[in-house]
Amino acid sequence: MKAADATISYLELLKFASPETIVVITALAVLAVGLGTGRVKSTATVSTVQRARSASNSATAMGICSAVAGLGLAIAAGVVLQLPQGTTLFGGMLVITPFTSLFKIICIVLAFFTVLLIASQKSTPHPGEYLALVLFATVGLMLLVGSEEFLMIFIGLELLGLSLYVMTAFDKTDIRSAEAGLKYLLFGSTSSAFTLFGISLIYGMTGTTSLPAISQKLASAFPTSSGLLAVGIIMTLVGFAFKIAAAPFHLWAPDAYQGAPVPSAGFIASASKVASFVVLGKIVLVGFAPVRGSAAWHAMLAGWSPVLAVLAALSILVGNLVALAQSNVRRLLAYSAVAHGGYTLIGIVAGDREGFSAALFYASVYAVTLVGAFGVVAMVRHETGGDDFSNFRGLAFRSPFMAGCMAIFMLSLAGIPPLAGFFGKFYVFSAALRATPNHGLLWLVVVALLGSFVSLYYYLIVLKAIFVDEAAVPATHRVDSLSSDLLQRSTVIGLAAAVLLLGIMPGILATRILATVP
Amino acid sequence: MIAWTIYVTFAGAVLLLLSPRAFARWIALLTAFAGLALGLIELVRTPIADLARFTTIVRVPWVLALGINYHLAIDGVSLTMVLVTGISAVSTVLFSWDVKERQNEFFFWLLLVVAGCYGVFLSADLFLFFAFYELVIVPKYFLIAVFGSTNKEYGAMKLTLYSFFGGMFVFVGILAAYVTAGTLDLNQLSQFQFSPQLQSWAFPALFLGFAVLAGIWPLHTWAPTGHAAAPTAGSMLLAGIVMKLGSYAGLRVAMNLFPQGFQMWGKWIVLLGVIGIVYAAAVALRQHDLKFVIGYSSVSHMGFVMFGLAAATALSVSGAVLQMFSHGVIAALLFAVAGRMIYRRTHTRELDVLAGMSLSRVLPFAAFTFVVASAASMGIPGFSGFAAEITILIGAWKTYPVAVWITGAGMVLVAAFTLRALKQSFFGEARSTVQLQDGRVALDPDWNEQQTITAAEKCGACLLMFATIAVGLYPKLLLDRIMPAVEAMRFLQ
Repeated sequence: MKAADATISYLELLKFASPETIVVITALAVLAVGLGTGRVKSTATVSTVQRARSASNSATAMGICSAVAGLGLAIAAGVVLQLPQGTTLFGGMLVITPFTSLFKIICIVLAFFTVLLIASQKSTPHPGEYLALVLFATVGLMLLVGSEEFLMIFIGLELLGLSLYVMTAFDKTDIRSAEAGLKYLLFGSTSSAFTLFGISLIYGMTGTTSLPAISQKLASAFPTSSGLLAVGIIMTLVGFAFKIAAAPFHLWAPDAYQGAPVPSAGFIASASKVASFVVLGKIVLVGFAPVRGSAAWHAMLAGWSPVLAVLAALSILVGNLVALAQSNVRRLLAYSAVAHGGYTLIGIVAGDREGFSAALFYASVYAVTLVGAFGVVAMVRHETGGDDFSNFRGLAFRSPFMAGCMAIFMLSLAGIPPLAGFFGKFYVFSAALRATPNHGLLWLVVVALLGSFVSLYYYLIVLKAIFVDEAAVPATHRVDSLSSDLLQRSTVIGLAAAVLLLGIMPGILATRILATVP
Repeated sequence: MIAWTIYVTFAGAVLLLLSPRAFARWIALLTAFAGLALGLIELVRTPIADLARFTTIVRVPWVLALGINYHLAIDGVSLTMVLVTGISAVSTVLFSWDVKERQNEFFFWLLLVVAGCYGVFLSADLFLFFAFYELVIVPKYFLIAVFGSTNKEYGAMKLTLYSFFGGMFVFVGILAAYVTAGTLDLNQLSQFQFSPQLQSWAFPALFLGFAVLAGIWPLHTWAPTGHAAAPTAGSMLLAGIVMKLGSYAGLRVAMNLFPQGFQMWGKWIVLLGVIGIVYAAAVALRQHDLKFVIGYSSVSHMGFVMFGLAAATALSVSGAVLQMFSHGVIAALLFAVAGRMIYRRTHTRELDVLAGMSLSRVLPFAAFTFVVASAASMGIPGFSGFAAEITILIGAWKTYPVAVWITGAGMVLVAAFTLRALKQSFFGEARSTVQLQDGRVALDPDWNEQQTITAAEKCGACLLMFATIAVGLYPKLLLDRIMPAVEAMRFLQ
């Protein structure tokens, strides 16, 4: 570890922060390109000719912008691989280890898929701004993942949050989008305030914002039962519970998932979640390690672990039970996301290296699955103008390939082998049982299994609409017309293949995560 | 070699997705036949002594970090189950020869079930085992919900959720075993000494979870509705092999891993098994739908399996394994007659309606098949059902004599409902209202199908009848391989 806090030159710093820098530059470039190409004059009297031209203009702009964005992300991923490992700058503000690099790459890959989804939506207005927001959010993710210091984490959180608020409200023609954006903003900023307050309390007690230093201070100087400390920890956790949509902080999620433009929803559900879990895990496992407590049923002890355990159990129950009553696929995915957040938390509650890596494996796999599912949703929405169950009816006849992919995504979420979700569940639950002596977390595992039993029902209902019910939409309007959707189709098929591959050979990701988790 | 049953069947399933419609049923038949052939080759080639232990055939590291191996093994019990899977698969495909709509999809799901079953029967790694076990659940849903009849969506969902509900308990039991022993290898796990306290709750969790799939009373209600809703092929597979997954797993995993837990709970399983035999037989006596009669008869026969397993002598457990084989064949045969030969041609399964048709005159081959199947199902000597049930009862005599008496009474009920179904469906008293016209039964004027029994159906029925008679006349063929393997299991020592 190089602890070159004071003497480091800016050039050196720029080198270590180069992936983030590249993404920022890409975002600015995309903005500029968007300004230059696709700008349509919004005068009151637009003739049809102009409108047609503006549509083709915006398609070209979308093509160029997304190409630039994709290229930038690819370069950033390449640079992440090249960085020297084992560097800590400014007391943990920027940490480069195999672990942070791995998750930076995962975040970049997920952002890349989001860009692909955006690129296939040709009609999006202002593609430059939209893509730039995705890239800024990606910078936020990278900062979150690559930092072990509260201030930096908070900055990352805000950068991510602010970009996501705008992305959620981006569809100006849809009132739901605006509603979702507003809800997300209000809930989000309130919980950010909580987090900031929690951080300030902890800073006040320990005099530092660096996670390892906080851990040392807590271990030596504080009685673990201090009330102020409890308030600080819980307030800090609230912000993250909000980001991962754990019940009872999940209320924004259904509206955001349903109302936001589909790629935004996909991004919120995937990359943003993975990064939040990485940070949450680091904060509690590194920063709050001395005040872990115990969530075992025969030996409950105050600390963050029972708090997270209760959040997990609540999320699993609320998410799964409410999902039963949904008739809109996106809303259903939102509630199931709450439940999956609960499963993932179980790995963190386990509180050891293995539990953390199980949680991260689960979160990553879940993210990949959900981006794919949203890809299918986007297609169905494009074709039928909605995403209720009725819109999915008879998809198997209209587009067998997409129906097959959706089946893979849904069954993976339900935890059916040989798909990735099955191994993920096995990994998380076994890690949780192993972490405490005498099967202390058995209660949590049983709750989770009950939840996943319930979940199979609603996933099957979606599949029933797709495979069993007759089509409600005229067959003339097919999704499968290869002409325009080739990009989107190949993205979705690629993601489905990834889910299948990660299910059959989970080792390729699991061992990598396990090897790098600190 | 035997491991190829799994690969071939999966390959066949994938191939079906890519191939044109015209080849679908041939691919399915070839695949199923290859599986059966591989099983038979193993039966002939492997010396009996090699089947006495759960011998590893393949062992490749899979997920090293968690100690998961791709590990397959075989002994006499597994081989028996592989054989019945092969037989059921071939006959199922033959009896689905004229599926019209979405043929590729139909055979895809069907082969997926078959492949999953092969996998379960051959797995020697707990994770692999559970993966195959859960893999079977979803294809069943689609087979029934898409291709079924009567109340199909309800039946499919009920069956799937019941299976998954059982799977949940199994998951808990498997995790407990894995986390405590730190290994997933079934052979190592069956050497490990689990604490009695763990066994006392892990055993019932595992065993009951499995027993849901085996249709144990009172968790059996998915079976009659599921069977009735399923297409014929689905019922044949469900009753023929999928129910056996539960009983096989109960033996291989639950009883073998937690012998002390088994001792604690054994008598309760006997109780449930015996209640199942008598109760289901009594209910079957009152059913009007032929498929429901057969569905309940499955529950009753699986009660024998449960009883044999829980009686815990080498003889009774071997008998239970033989009963799994025997019932697999017989149930497939019964469902084939009811669902395909009768229902396809008359469009009814109501016994009262069928009684007015005297079908034995117009469908003599079907009548013959049904007589054979009924005789086997009642436990007439010379058929596999007799060999299996008598072995169970003799084996259980030492440990649970009272239960044997009650079961004997239950067998009378089995005979009663079987004869009732047989009489009403084929040998009705009323004057026949159907006539034969140009080789077609004039039952349904709108029906344009060739209505004589097709060659494919005859082949399938003959295969199944041959299996039940062959094993009935020479049960040593299987028992010689089952007995040593059972004796090697831990709970008997």
